[in-house]
Amino acid sequence: MDYVIQQALNALSFGAEYALIALGLAIVFSIMGLVNFAHGEVIAFGGYSMVMISTVLTGNPWFLMIGVLVATVLASLTLERVAFRTIRGADLTTGLLTAFGVSIILQNLFLLLGSPRPIPATQFIFLDQTLTIGAIRISSLQIYEAITTVVAIGLLLTFLRKTTLGMAMRAAALDFEMVRLCGVRANRVIAGAFAISGLLAGLAAIFIMARRGSVDPHMGFNPVLTAFVACVIGGFGSLPGAVLGGFLLGITEVAVLVLLPQEYGGLAQAVVFTLVALVLIWRPDGILSPAQEKGDKV
Amino acid sequence: MLQIKSLKVFHGPIEAVHGIDISVREGQCVTLLGPNGAGKTSTLSAITGTVRATGSIRLQDEDIGRLPIEERCKRGIAISPEGRRVFATLSVRDNLIMGGATRRDKASLTDEIEEWFSQFPVLGERREQPAGTLSGGEQQMLAIVRALLSKPRILLLDEPSLGLAPQITARIFRIIKELKAAGTTILLVEQNAGAALEVSDYVYVLNNGLVSRHGDVAEFGDGAVLINELTGVQQ
Ligand SMILES: Nc1ncnc2c1ncn2[C@@H]1O[C@H](COP(=O)(O)OP(=O)(O)O)[C@@H](O)[C@H]1O
Ligand SMILES: [Mg+2]
Repeated sequence: MDYVIQQALNALSFGAEYALIALGLAIVFSIMGLVNFAHGEVIAFGGYSMVMISTVLTGNPWFLMIGVLVATVLASLTLERVAFRTIRGADLTTGLLTAFGVSIILQNLFLLLGSPRPIPATQFIFLDQTLTIGAIRISSLQIYEAITTVVAIGLLLTFLRKTTLGMAMRAAALDFEMVRLCGVRANRVIAGAFAISGLLAGLAAIFIMARRGSVDPHMGFNPVLTAFVACVIGGFGSLPGAVLGGFLLGITEVAVLVLLPQEYGGLAQAVVFTLVALVLIWRPDGILSPAQEKGDKV
Repeated sequence: MLQIKSLKVFHGPIEAVHGIDISVREGQCVTLLGPNGAGKTSTLSAITGTVRATGSIRLQDEDIGRLPIEERCKRGIAISPEGRRVFATLSVRDNLIMGGATRRDKASLTDEIEEWFSQFPVLGERREQPAGTLSGGEQQMLAIVRALLSKPRILLLDEPSLGLAPQITARIFRIIKELKAAGTTILLVEQNAGAALEVSDYVYVLNNGLVSRHGDVAEFGDGAVLINELTGVQQ
């Protein structure tokens, strides 16, 4: 029984992390048709900002968390301003290549200015404690992760439903030009999307740092690749799809690890991706592919 | 109010409008008539700023021809575009809130939305429904009200009767007539010459990207001449 609960929590926290990152990709994609692979480097930058703030200012973990969130939001906004504004309206491939380029440049900057080896930053490790409830031993970090993700999704939904900027972002995913015809500045909508995406990257960075206790230049790349797959499964550009895809992927990964006989453990990834392929044969555009778009992304 | 001089409109390398002059005076309803492909939508797009164009576009003595789309809306241009383009997955009310996105007076915006809902109960009853579930005529009303909520100086209407049943078309033209009576300045694009002539003060006929004829609505008689002209039949 405790084994089942532990594995369920594993699945939930894996899924939560993927969902957070996938949402960050999806919100930018839904509005400007850009697959932002540099999202992973925003996460890594969150880790580095932790190192910087703790050396220069304070090691207080709560202060550091806010610092990480501010840093990732600013990093995300800067990327939009410096790299992605110039290719607005370009086709999908141009955007994809630019994002890859930015990602590689940033990883190399981290290598040059930081270190190729992991730099320790352990202030968040206290989040990861083993709780014993009766016969069950669970990780507190997993619970925080699941709760934070649910709260973040709830807040995001409220923002998108209730505020004018949130509405404009939903509308822009359908018909960006019409939103501009209503007098809403394109820059505002896009900056809003990147700010939210940066905030979600910051949350992911905090949890990743709590688990690893160190930062390296490539720390964000694999999570973003996985989140990308989650987006594809859920339907690229659909926010509910990103969340669904994230959790499905987390659950599938854990289920495969649990169900696969020990000696086939190395095949876990292969099995997961076979399942992903099957989903895509069943629904080529993902499970919750977004409503018909007008295709006039700015 | 609106003065357009030697306007040329381009879609990529294609020149769709070849230098036209149009002017709309305050409180007037001016209609652009013409067959498919004449360049009517292109002309409106040049005014709203969504296509590349040369020439001058002045709104109350300010040249708006180089401004980005958003700024033109803030200067007082609003459009109910071809195909209506309501935000299908947003609720009817949220569509209207988007229409008033530039307004600072959010409280009076809310009141105005309620007033429109009582004026058009079909919209009011469906305020929480996604706009995509409305019928064509209802979506057209929604698109017009959305445009009006920015409190424009001039309202552009691109083929509001397109694809609607005759009674619904009549309803839409009654609305246009009421708007005009309330003092709204309107630039209307239509293919339905008969209905358009009834609400217009002044008419421009567009053919192949050029104004082939223009004048007071009285000069166009019952519209028969015009319809011949539109369908390419020479007199
Ligand atoms: N996006 C576009 N790309 C290329 N050509 C276009 C585009 N939009 C319109 N055109 C061309 O410009 C001309 C005028 O079109 P339009 O302004 O839509 O006419 P109307 O609204 O009077 O039917 C047509 O020949 C049309 O084919
Ligand atoms: Mg047209």
